[in-house]
Amino acid sequence: MLRSLDYAGSPSEPASLGMTGLREQFPILSATSRGKPLVYLDSAATTQKPQVVIDAERDFYTGWNANIHRGVYEYSERATVAYDGTRATAARFLGGVDADEIVFVRGTTEAINLVAQSFFRPRIATAGATVLVTEMEHHANIVPWQLAGATLVPIPVTDAGELDMEAATRLLAARPAMLAVMHVSNALGTINPIAELCAMARTHGVPVLIDGAQAVGHFAVDLPALGADFYCFSGHKLFGPTGTGVLWGRREHLAMMPPYQGGGDMIDLVRFEGSSFARPPERFEAGTPNIAGVIGLNAAMQWVMAQDTRAWERHDRELLELGRHLLGEIPGLRFIARPADAVGVLTFAMDGAHPHDIASILDGEGICIRAGHHCAQPLHVRFGVPSSARASFGPYTTEAEVRALATGLQKVRELFG
Amino acid sequence: MATMNELYQGIIIEHDRSPRNFRTLDAPTHSGEGRNPLCGDEMSLQLVVDAEGVITDVGFQGRGCAVSKASSSMMTAAIKGKTVAEATELFDQFHALLTGKDADRTALGKLVAFEGLGAYPMRVKCATMGWHVLKDVVGHKS
Ligand SMILES: Cc1ncc(COP(=O)(O)O)c(C=O)c1O
Repeated sequence: MLRSLDYAGSPSEPASLGMTGLREQFPILSATSRGKPLVYLDSAATTQKPQVVIDAERDFYTGWNANIHRGVYEYSERATVAYDGTRATAARFLGGVDADEIVFVRGTTEAINLVAQSFFRPRIATAGATVLVTEMEHHANIVPWQLAGATLVPIPVTDAGELDMEAATRLLAARPAMLAVMHVSNALGTINPIAELCAMARTHGVPVLIDGAQAVGHFAVDLPALGADFYCFSGHKLFGPTGTGVLWGRREHLAMMPPYQGGGDMIDLVRFEGSSFARPPERFEAGTPNIAGVIGLNAAMQWVMAQDTRAWERHDRELLELGRHLLGEIPGLRFIARPADAVGVLTFAMDGAHPHDIASILDGEGICIRAGHHCAQPLHVRFGVPSSARASFGPYTTEAEVRALATGLQKVRELFG
Repeated sequence: MATMNELYQGIIIEHDRSPRNFRTLDAPTHSGEGRNPLCGDEMSLQLVVDAEGVITDVGFQGRGCAVSKASSSMMTAAIKGKTVAEATELFDQFHALLTGKDADRTALGKLVAFEGLGAYPMRVKCATMGWHVLKDVVGHKS
């Protein structure tokens, strides 16, 4: 049950909202910034890392660093087993898919580029060039399709910051070549009705790619229940290392896709007259990958699977409601949108104060938020603002931090008032 | 040196509220626009440069943060009456100031107030946006 909150923060209030024992696992969270205790409210940009993830990478480099595949000695074998073994962890993490449907990539951006070039592009001749996206997409789910020759058609976003599902129904019926949609909006926090979209797409035979970058760090994802064709995420938004990511694709799709890049590790036979390629997933992993990163990512996924993510969701929701309430009381502050189903993201503008100035003044208080277009320029065009300020939460975010944000914003108001 | 919050409490807020030369000129000899792709901020700058190369009038318009607005405002005040060559030299000095290099503080005059911004590299771009547009504009006649 949700504990009802006393927004005024009366002295009788019980201990602050917080996930016990969780914060302590993140060494950076006890650090200072600009001489003040760090208040990290930028988890949508990248999450902080728990000690187990840091240890996993450090142990690899200090204890058993070696390149994978083709080495028969002990360390190379260990590295290979750990790297390839992470596929099984990822498959479990995504709700139970097949390990050989897991491709390691640099991140969400590379995953989408890979699908755009190796899946979408070769099918243009038969399926057409139209890719249905949404007005809220991250640039990473817009530009790769354009580079691959797509004509983009966006599903509109309502004033509440939600997808216009009537329009989605209509646009899907026109049978675009592809639907590419974010699971959760990085700019607004909106949780999109992905299962519903996938079901509709399926009836029209439209393949679906889901950008899960902002979903995986907030709640458990059950791919078999979603019915998508491709799903991808970045390790660094999942408490893991930067430069790591996962692309999951249906086996039958991966099997027919040409390689994305060429080089070592992705081949079967190489001759000057021509080469043949390895089976998926290796076919899509040319060159020495981010071995240490993938080992860290394994630790991150194991760590998340051992957490009570249902409790995370409740905590996130409570902080979101608290944040919307406290910030809503600040004169001249307005939210870009307040989607009903959302993760802990507060996106707003303030009369007379540019988002960069807001962020700079909060920075002076040790509070980290983001200012700008959050790689979602079309969404900002939709809402008629050039940029916005965004505070985003992680499971380690506390009530005190949300209150510090509100206090900091009062200071901004006084300065610019 | 002023911290960011001191900068805000001083010149930045003052120029943000009442920017100098924040207007469109009727007959500019030079004009141009600039954009900061990181934040989407935009500004346009117009100049009247006479036969001797002296900037006799200047106006700017735009949408941006208080730092870029204040810096552009102070820039316009500083370059009016100077030659184009002097104005570009001033930019070099201003840039040196913000990047911790030796700068001609006498030439910079009031612009020295921005020195504290050097501690915030992410904001140096905001403070130099107007200057970059200036450099661009003097290369193109309207
Ligand atoms: C929704 C969404 N998609 C894609 C990306 C791109 O992720 P990355 O930069 O890790 O490739 C991000 C992160 O900024 C994101 O929030």
